[in-house]
Amino acid sequence: MTYRIDPATDRQYIEEFRRQPIGHHSPGLARLLTVMRQDPTGRQVILVCRRPFREWVLGEMPARREDPVAIEDGPVFTSREEAEWEVFRRRWQKLTGEAINLPYRE
Amino acid sequence: MLKILGYPDRYSVAPGEQIAFKVSLEEGTHFDARIVRVIHGDANPAGPGLKFRHVPSAADGRHAGKPQRVDAGSYMAVENAPALAAKAFTFFAMIWPTLPERRDQTLLAQWDAEARSGLRILVDEGRLALVIGDGRGVARIDGGKRMLTRQWYSVAVAIDPAARRATLGQNPVGQYAQVDDRIEIELPLEIAPAAARVPLLIAGCPQEDGTIGGHFDGKIDAPMLCEGLRAADLHRTLLEAGPGSNAPKFIARWDFSREIETTRAIDMGPLKLHGELKQLPARAMKGWNWTGEEHDWQRKPGHYGAIHFHHDDVYDAGWETSVALTIPEDMPSGPYALHATCGESGPEATRESYIAFFVRPPRLSKPRGRRPGVAVLAPTCSYLAYANHAEHITARGAELQMGRLLTFGHIDLYMYDHPELGGSLYDRHRDGSGVAYTSRLRPNLNCAPAYHSWLGGHGSALYQYNADTHLFDWLDHKGVDYDLITDEDLHEDGLDLIRDYGVILTGTHPEYHSTQMWDAMKAWIDRGGRLMYLGANGWYWRIGFHQTLPGVFELRRSEDGIRTWEAEPGEYYHSFNGEYGGLWRRIGRAPNVMAGVGFIAQGFDLSSYYRRAPDADNPRAAFVFEGVTDEIIGDFGLVGGGAAGIELDCINTDLGSPPNMLRLASSEGHTPMIMLVNEEFGVVPPNLGGDLNPRVKADLAFGETPAGGAIFSTSSIAWCGALSHNGYDNNVSRITWNVLQRFLNPKPFPTG
Repeated sequence: MTYRIDPATDRQYIEEFRRQPIGHHSPGLARLLTVMRQDPTGRQVILVCRRPFREWVLGEMPARREDPVAIEDGPVFTSREEAEWEVFRRRWQKLTGEAINLPYRE
Repeated sequence: MLKILGYPDRYSVAPGEQIAFKVSLEEGTHFDARIVRVIHGDANPAGPGLKFRHVPSAADGRHAGKPQRVDAGSYMAVENAPALAAKAFTFFAMIWPTLPERRDQTLLAQWDAEARSGLRILVDEGRLALVIGDGRGVARIDGGKRMLTRQWYSVAVAIDPAARRATLGQNPVGQYAQVDDRIEIELPLEIAPAAARVPLLIAGCPQEDGTIGGHFDGKIDAPMLCEGLRAADLHRTLLEAGPGSNAPKFIARWDFSREIETTRAIDMGPLKLHGELKQLPARAMKGWNWTGEEHDWQRKPGHYGAIHFHHDDVYDAGWETSVALTIPEDMPSGPYALHATCGESGPEATRESYIAFFVRPPRLSKPRGRRPGVAVLAPTCSYLAYANHAEHITARGAELQMGRLLTFGHIDLYMYDHPELGGSLYDRHRDGSGVAYTSRLRPNLNCAPAYHSWLGGHGSALYQYNADTHLFDWLDHKGVDYDLITDEDLHEDGLDLIRDYGVILTGTHPEYHSTQMWDAMKAWIDRGGRLMYLGANGWYWRIGFHQTLPGVFELRRSEDGIRTWEAEPGEYYHSFNGEYGGLWRRIGRAPNVMAGVGFIAQGFDLSSYYRRAPDADNPRAAFVFEGVTDEIIGDFGLVGGGAAGIELDCINTDLGSPPNMLRLASSEGHTPMIMLVNEEFGVVPPNLGGDLNPRVKADLAFGETPAGGAIFSTSSIAWCGALSHNGYDNNVSRITWNVLQRFLNPKPFPTG
């Protein structure tokens, strides 16, 4: 069996990710992200850039190549890191049932 | 979404020659155009920003435009075929369907789409089927049993128009328990097919809108047409024993193992109904009878009688020219683009497109004037290998590889909606087989200034063409006079093109090289050339250009290396030129032989820095570090935040690095996502990442050559992204400048 996320063990990595969503991560956070970034449904969360280096929203590629990409109207992000945090929060809730009620930056 | 796109009819154009741009509009009736010199295509506000220099020309102004589409899908056409349905006949073929579940896949068609008359033999949701039309109605029958994917079948369809009967035969070559996929069935026809006097097609069918559709995905081997009604097992008998004295009367007997390098399909039958292959289906493919005893199609062509057709093959989009320009005689060599706009861009749509091209120096046969001492070799083969690179769309797991979310700009969203543009050599066809041919006669959406990739390091996220604009910008800032040549120029002109340049600068990722290109570059180095290899993972894959078609080459991802698909065993030899394909390293010409360094690691999240190594103090390298005393080099940059990243090379004398290469500095501090590449280990080690594996590093390297020339290699794709840091005043820029100045000095380097 592959690694299953355990909130009690993995909660410690939330803050590490929030501090630096893209970068050199600890082995524990890297393992957590490896699990979170795999979706057996075949769907794929993507970052849609509306204005280069200024404005992003989230989207989702469907499992079937023939189906269209779904693009969210909002939230609108002003950095890629902010979007990473939002996706992390969503995935954590989906995988653990727990909500992370923390903004990307205070 | 992208509202305007296009492509040039050539990537490299000489003064006095014409270049034509083919533009498609998603909205509106016109577009505005101007020619620009491309200086810096990186919009990242942390860097110098977008820089283009308008070059007034006859192309400037407003031009009419319209939507233009790509009619993708390969097929064979015979223009002068007799009307098959005039009397009874039998069609035979060996087929290997790769997407049998798709509907409406033509094996053979003689179909008048406007009149809806004629006949089509097809695979329809896995079943062998026959569609006939008499101009008043259309009827269909099928065999009722599904074929398996990637299994050979002998199919036979005998049609008697007068008796209105047909026999369908579907015989699997392989036998499996619990599988019922054999048919031999005679069925009545509601109508008789009209004897349509239209071209005969294999793997495609004319559509009412004038396109060719209904393509087959998979291999077809040894298609035949015989007069009269023949038993289904006759085909295999003919294939195994050859046509003897008891042979039927052939209408056509195509042998796809002949003239494999061409687009001709040879008919061995009496009528010589030779076919022309359109949109480049894959040739030199293993046939139904391949045994493994021979892997080279040239040594046993009879085992390579299959052609693999794909509904998403594309060679030539064939768009109409929207604007053309004759390059003025005095236009300096360099990178340019047609900047085409069709309105204001905003969050929902991009209404501009930069269609990149290069002005090369005059042809060798023309007066060339006094040329600069420096040439930049734009790696157009690598740009084409990555044309419309769509792993972010098709490969689940790409986010894991990038270590961050996959970014889709308007161009990527357009790419998602338009797979008919054709994939890159990194993509797979829809049926899972690798894309082995890539052409420049189609839009290449990620080969453009202002394109920011899903790949290419956090920060600017540039890769290939647009990453190379960092170098164009630095050369412009420094006022370096240079000629720009492309890979295709080097392939065609060889050593004569580069003989007189003292220094050649590469782009950031010159990965793909033909034998002609490799030989020319090595000969130039061996004659005293000074190579500045400003990237990494260069001279990696061997490619083969088509010998008659312009602008297309082939890759076989054989044996080893970073492979997003794997060539099938037995399919390692190029169909275009017969060469053994794959890594240059696998034929004894590792990158190290050319550039003193070779590929060692890759990863796409963050870049790092170099630390000076003891060889930096060697007097032979003193010129490199003039004015640079820093221990740490390149701890900054637009590509991943450092000068060492994305893909890395290192010195390895076992692979051919000259023993006199100096290791001036090596990178360190890489993330776990920068990993050792496949060909560097046999047993998979647990410490692949840069945080645990000391071999994950880029070696900044210098060495003299026996002819008094020299090689300088940065060994990192991210190097050029650091050139502009701090107003171009930094140790990466300084080192690059020092090397260029010394390399331009004709004084020979000491040889010992």
